[in-house]
Amino acid sequence: MNWFERFMKLDRRWIYLFLITVCLLAYYSDFTVPTIREKETGAIYNFIDSLPAGEVIFVAIDYDPSSQAELHPMTYAIIEHAFRKNLKVVFTALSQNGPGMADQAIHDIADSMRVEQTYNGVSYPAREIANGVDYCFLGYKPYYALVITAMGQDFRTPFPADYYGTPLDSLPLMKKLHNYDDISIVVEVSSGNISDAWISYGQGKFGFPLAMGLTGVMTAQYYPFLQSGQVMGIMGGLLGAAQYEDMADNPGLAKDGMRVQLPAHLVIILFILIGNIGHFASRKNRKNVQS
Amino acid sequence: MELGQYLWTSLGAFLTLSVFSFLYKDNPMYKFAEHLFVGVSAGYFVIILWHDGLVTNLFGRLADGHIYKLWLDSTKWWYIFPGILGLMMFTRFSHKWSWVSRWPVAFYIGIATGLSIPLEMSNRVNRQLYAMMEPVNWDSFMGSGWLDMGAGYSDIIVFVGTVSALIYFYFSKAHTGVFGGAAKLGIWTLMIGFGASFGFTVMARISLLINRIQFLDKNWKRNSFDFTNENFNPLYQALFWLIILIFLVYAVSEFLKYLKNKNASSVKSA
Repeated sequence: MNWFERFMKLDRRWIYLFLITVCLLAYYSDFTVPTIREKETGAIYNFIDSLPAGEVIFVAIDYDPSSQAELHPMTYAIIEHAFRKNLKVVFTALSQNGPGMADQAIHDIADSMRVEQTYNGVSYPAREIANGVDYCFLGYKPYYALVITAMGQDFRTPFPADYYGTPLDSLPLMKKLHNYDDISIVVEVSSGNISDAWISYGQGKFGFPLAMGLTGVMTAQYYPFLQSGQVMGIMGGLLGAAQYEDMADNPGLAKDGMRVQLPAHLVIILFILIGNIGHFASRKNRKNVQS
Repeated sequence: MELGQYLWTSLGAFLTLSVFSFLYKDNPMYKFAEHLFVGVSAGYFVIILWHDGLVTNLFGRLADGHIYKLWLDSTKWWYIFPGILGLMMFTRFSHKWSWVSRWPVAFYIGIATGLSIPLEMSNRVNRQLYAMMEPVNWDSFMGSGWLDMGAGYSDIIVFVGTVSALIYFYFSKAHTGVFGGAAKLGIWTLMIGFGASFGFTVMARISLLINRIQFLDKNWKRNSFDFTNENFNPLYQALFWLIILIFLVYAVSEFLKYLKNKNASSVKSA
């Protein structure tokens, strides 16, 4: 048996083991990779960064724990950026297991806001983030398309109370907020079809600026909406999260993870090349045997 | 990290390693993690539907009425109708009355269709068509850099790529001559699109692995040996090594099985 035929019959578990070993070596090695700042992520960062204090942004946390690896870093980077800029944030979680994700992110960021930090040369003092004043978490309701449409009339239609059971009218932040007209931007962080609903039933019907944070698998599929202007910015996968962290000068799990992406991609490319060489070599070998 | 939080983190670590063990082969630890995930997800979903759906949006709105008046004295009495439609769905359990459940289904599909057709047509078809037929931006033909989406040439690429990809899927005419060339360009356009998706997909899958490595290292291992933590408990280390031991025992037993099978097959062939 030739070497390339052996490669073609290599047990896939050796590939898994090799890839995991490379990832572990890269993870425990001390090196950095530069982050290229792309326009589509920059558009979201610049928009949020230019908002005056007190403005309200809407963050839709529409993903489950299975996608938290890519999307949690985006959520964390955006929320902390918004809170440091003294913006108010309204959250929803229209994915079934999304409320847990949103609740965890809100509490973690509230904890980190208790520490003074300097980002991009600007010092931000420590402060307390209060529910109902600085943010409102509306929670989950089934049938996301109908919920997105109903929120265009009034947030109170699908959400008479927030996630913690407090009526919306008793929250100081929500007293002046009625629908998307009172929101500066909707940032949709999603791992599924809910993104389509935000484009069709949200942005298409009510015309608010829509930014998207998407899993890597979905990203290429949503670029046409960027081209058409329906979406003003896209953060794609861990790379998009790392770019946002880089722009916000707040390196987190995404920037740390991108160090591992580089050697992992090189391994994948290497195996693709070996697989192709093996395929063509064995095909040539078969032809030679037949002739 | 407090003991309760550490126990949950250790359970997460055990489940993470259990799921990864499937990469070698199916095993009882993976089965446990899989069944636990499905069960917890289903249970969680039912509870969240009850609390975030029915309790707030139906019972909460009828709360100012009285049950003995069938909530007709409520200020929002019209919420009785969606409640009745919801109850009608339960007739699915009866062969005789299951036809009743078609009414709420028809009501829901009617609303969803009426809402979605104009919006989907407008936002996913028409606006995409307009974007494809944008006039070429000659003032910024080369844009600000390589693969700049705002560059004039990208409008030409989008138009030519879309038309040629549509030609590839037109099967009423033989793919020969100029038409065949356009179809070939179409398949190249599709392949470039699939390639971009594949690249992002690889990044996504590796991201999941990286996240689990970060979790096992930062959340689990470091807290297991964090002697500076005022809540540190020797139990942390014991639990850490116990979980590692479980997977080591499994790995050794599988290796011994492998050796036994190998010996058996070599004896058989001899």
